[in-house]
Amino acid sequence: MNSIQKNRLKDQIFKIWGIGCTLFGLVILFFFIGDILIDGIARIDWAFITDLPSRKAEKSGIYTALMGSIWILLLTTVIALPIGIAAGIYLEEYSKKGKLSGLLEINISNLAGVPSIIYGLLGLEVFVRIMSLGASVLAGSLTLSLLILPIVIVATREAIKAVPSSIKDASYALGASKWQTIWHQILPASSGGILTGVILALSRAVGETAPLIVIGALAYVPFAPSNPMDEFSVLPIQIFNWISRPQHGFIENAAAAIIILLLITFVMNGIAVYFRNKWQKKLK
Amino acid sequence: MKKQLLIILVAAMAMSCKDNKSTENNNADVLSGTIQVDGSSTVFPVTEAVAEEYRNEQPEVKVTIGVSGTGGGFKKFSRGETNISNASRPIKDKEIEACKENNINYVELEVAYDGLAVLVNPENTWVDSFTVEELKKIWEPAAQGTIMKWNQIRPEWPNEEIHLFGPGVASGTYDYFTEAVVGKSGSSRGDFTASEDDHVLVQGIAGDKYSLGFFGLAYYTENADKLTLIGVHNGTEVVKPSLETVSNGTYKPLSRPLFIYVNSTSVKSPEVVDFVNFYLNNAAELSEDVGYIPLPTAIYNKQKENFKAFVESNK
Repeated sequence: MNSIQKNRLKDQIFKIWGIGCTLFGLVILFFFIGDILIDGIARIDWAFITDLPSRKAEKSGIYTALMGSIWILLLTTVIALPIGIAAGIYLEEYSKKGKLSGLLEINISNLAGVPSIIYGLLGLEVFVRIMSLGASVLAGSLTLSLLILPIVIVATREAIKAVPSSIKDASYALGASKWQTIWHQILPASSGGILTGVILALSRAVGETAPLIVIGALAYVPFAPSNPMDEFSVLPIQIFNWISRPQHGFIENAAAAIIILLLITFVMNGIAVYFRNKWQKKLK
Repeated sequence: MKKQLLIILVAAMAMSCKDNKSTENNNADVLSGTIQVDGSSTVFPVTEAVAEEYRNEQPEVKVTIGVSGTGGGFKKFSRGETNISNASRPIKDKEIEACKENNINYVELEVAYDGLAVLVNPENTWVDSFTVEELKKIWEPAAQGTIMKWNQIRPEWPNEEIHLFGPGVASGTYDYFTEAVVGKSGSSRGDFTASEDDHVLVQGIAGDKYSLGFFGLAYYTENADKLTLIGVHNGTEVVKPSLETVSNGTYKPLSRPLFIYVNSTSVKSPEVVDFVNFYLNNAAELSEDVGYIPLPTAIYNKQKENFKAFVESNK
């Protein structure tokens, strides 16, 4: 066997190893999803979506938790989106490279790595107690906004960086001001990337349990929130609650609720992919 | 799109300001208002069942229940943030002081019993019962690394390793078991398989011939075909936990009462009084529905009297 054959063999072995690694994650994921589907798919019907929680597993539904999750999602978007994007634009386009911007950058990266329960403790003290918002949808959304802000900021910066400098230069050459360049050129060109980041961040927020339990989100609410000051529950808390019940019917319910939650994240990720592709084509 | 959302948000906020709680209601029997309950996740299923049934009785009263745990619930209760606190143990001295500091008076009401079951694998043919001393010998901190085999507990038992399973140290079940068996809450050996998810314990014991574990009786009832329940010597005889033995108090010391605590300011609101009365009137049936054990009727009557006196004294 000469050295060329040896190298080819090594190449083949590495290729098979790579396929194995790729499949490893996927197979386990499919196993889990399959398991959940087997347990829960039969439980999903319209009544499951529209019923209130109950002590009887077969009569119990996710209506209030689902509505709570949707409220949290919308409010978090409204709060985190403008702040995060504006912060990203500032850091990328306006801030001068210096000690202050260095400090800001390090802190934002650090914030992205803080465990979510810490955000819950912060939310409990600042929003629930000091601002006396109570365990409301608004307090929950503000807490989750903090949690996803670093992700939105980083995504915005990356998207802005990816805009070709020729576009910027052309805009300036035609006499546009900095603001005009950002608003009419940079933001439209980077919006696909920004949206992708925002939606992925929101998919994370919708699955969070720990910070919401800490701020006092409830396990049993017999009504859907009607305004931002109402108390609420969310799907992950409902799932967590059901899993800890001894009766087997609740395990089925939990599996069914997990399917709904997965569907929400899949749809959101799907939207993210769609926007990315659409804007990528536009740029070319 | 963003603008529209903002407008909706502002409008919703404006509406929320008008949404005053109307607790006073002169119209005969229709009550309204909100009742906030928080606390133990062990008591949660009972209170949830009561709240669910109460919805048919008084649809305008909104009962919400959180699961911050017994300690977390008392923290909120002592700040006056909740009307009722669920608890799987009596209030501690520290928590009593916190209530006093904030001028919170309360009444303690028993609502149901919870039994702790001691379990082994169905293939285990040698164990027929435990004494509390034997359980202590197995679970006390000094047992770590020394009591490792079944024949160290009784010489006639097999010379095989003993595998222990129990709830996580943060759970009230663990607190209660250690207090009843070892004598000090939260004190036990550390080398056992602990899980916050009792289903994991069921799987663990069901799959291991030399296992031994404990958890809430409701989990045994749901998995009776996979596990063998072991009786515990109460000082005069060996008793297995059941609806009857827990309720009449012969299954000792591994059964405990579950409580609710009601704030004295809250009982000025008719809906809270009505809800608690409804709770005590229906707790027997509903606690059994969710896997717990009802108190004897005499004890429920005592709780009702206590509550009535409490309401009178806080008018």
